[in-house]
Amino acid sequence: MVGEGILKGMAETARNFFGSFVSKDRLTTVQYPEERELQIEAARDFPFLVYDGADWQQGMRCVACQICEKECPPKCIFIEKSKDKKPDANGKPQFYPAVFNIDISVCMSCQICVEVCPFDAIKMNVDYNLSTDDRFAGLLLNKQRLSKSNDYYRKIHPTEATAVDARLAEERARQKAKAKSAAEAKAAAEARLTTTAVQPASGEPR
Amino acid sequence: MTHLAQLAQEVDQIFVLAAHWLLSYLPAALQPLCSAILSVAAIIIVFATLFALTTWLERKGLGRMQNRYGPNRVGPFGMLQPIADGVKSLTKEDIVPITADHAVHFLAPVLLVTASFMDYAVLPIGRNMVLVNLNAGVLFFFAIGSMMELAVFMAGWSSRSKYTLLGAMRAIAQMISYEVPLVLASIVVIMQAGSLSTVSIVNMQATYSGIWPHWFVFTPWGFAGFVLFMVAATAESNRSPFDLPEGESEIIAGYYTEYSGFKFALFFLGEYIGMFATSGMAITLFLGGWSAPFSFLTWVPSYVWFFAKLLAIISVFIWIRGTLPRLRMDQLMNLAWEFMLPMTLLNLLTAGIWHFMPAGSSRWLVCSTMVVVPCILLSRGLKHRKKFQVRTYHYSE
Repeated sequence: MVGEGILKGMAETARNFFGSFVSKDRLTTVQYPEERELQIEAARDFPFLVYDGADWQQGMRCVACQICEKECPPKCIFIEKSKDKKPDANGKPQFYPAVFNIDISVCMSCQICVEVCPFDAIKMNVDYNLSTDDRFAGLLLNKQRLSKSNDYYRKIHPTEATAVDARLAEERARQKAKAKSAAEAKAAAEARLTTTAVQPASGEPR
Repeated sequence: MTHLAQLAQEVDQIFVLAAHWLLSYLPAALQPLCSAILSVAAIIIVFATLFALTTWLERKGLGRMQNRYGPNRVGPFGMLQPIADGVKSLTKEDIVPITADHAVHFLAPVLLVTASFMDYAVLPIGRNMVLVNLNAGVLFFFAIGSMMELAVFMAGWSSRSKYTLLGAMRAIAQMISYEVPLVLASIVVIMQAGSLSTVSIVNMQATYSGIWPHWFVFTPWGFAGFVLFMVAATAESNRSPFDLPEGESEIIAGYYTEYSGFKFALFFLGEYIGMFATSGMAITLFLGGWSAPFSFLTWVPSYVWFFAKLLAIISVFIWIRGTLPRLRMDQLMNLAWEFMLPMTLLNLLTAGIWHFMPAGSSRWLVCSTMVVVPCILLSRGLKHRKKFQVRTYHYSE
């Protein structure tokens, strides 16, 4: 008979209606500003710049190589390379970005900048509370707003950050070893130089 | 006891008495005009408030049916949401398409709201509470109701957009098709009451045998008529599952696609007001208008009963909307012409037989059979026994 299915459907909606008052489990809504769901580790929205240590200007990993700027598909990154060099976290003098802007109204969260960065300096953020009443300046993030500490990175992407830290530590150790061996070689060379100065007879072609 | 009865009567007539008291301060020449203005203002305020309440109720109810909270931010339980919505729609930009017919584009929502409010002129909201007691009240109601179609088509045509035109054409096809069963379903009541006046139709139902009222819905033809009337009323007010004229998924918003801001809100208002009016008519014709459901409850003021019944019908509308998906155009037309129309015609015959048969159980048996058997047979006709199979094409292998 006509209407049988309608009645069945209406019984179902009535069950939902009253059930939603009785059991909280039925309600899947997360009431946003008060309640927040934990983000999954792979979550990402816009890039940020990582710095080591406590001072964001001192510890900035970025050396203004501008690879990310060139690779960015929507061209939302703007970098101005510095004229001078400053020592980085390892104490090695490096260029640094005098200006580093990302227009997140243009950014499409593709993560290509992160993939191409040889210095692990740019990573993806997870902060989605970015609404602003100024749609131009409010969405153009400058160097200071982009800078986040390595601790922050460890907090939002723990697995990834551990891998990056290990890689960087290895790199630094190798560099240190290299520097050490270079220093030793230099010392040895100097020593040899002094010995050759003492004994000029041994003839080795230059 | 008589003292209490008198008090109940005074509470029942409180609005009528208040109006009389207010008007008594005016010169006699101004009284008819001011009385009309007062009543119209009261109707507009009450039903606009009911509209606000219903939008909130609907969003809450639908939310709960879908296991959501619904609006709960503005005010306690989100009750001030309609005010926020009103402020929003007032401050929004009013966009008129450059190629639109500006005058008609502007007039369409105005006409819709005016027409839907004019329906209330003949609805008895309580005892002695009707704006005009026309002796052709029901006829007036349906005549005004068909003005809404004009407004809908004005909106669709003047916007000069494909979606609005498609929506308007759907709306016209649907509203004209369903107006036939709507009117035919109500004719049974006019046959029984012998009057087109809404006031006398309600008065006829406001009598009791024992504790039971003489509502027309408590007869086989009345029940069938009520169900048919409500189905047709749902289609008339373009509500789910008959919301093809709006059909968001296909034609954006149908005939009011090109409306924004306050004009859009006016369309929304007009639709709901029209829905309340048709529900009010269903109450007047079949559910005994303002009369109490039991004789021992007659001390409750009449307008309370009217609005209680109206809210009950609105809840059912919301419930239906939360349950049923939208019909297809051919299903919609099939339902109107292959099921509703024959059923209403048969119902007319049933009402006539009921009238001429002697009162008793034999009358009940004959008339119930006359309603139930055709309903079963016709509903079989609605089911198209098509075998669904994988389609094969001539050139495919």
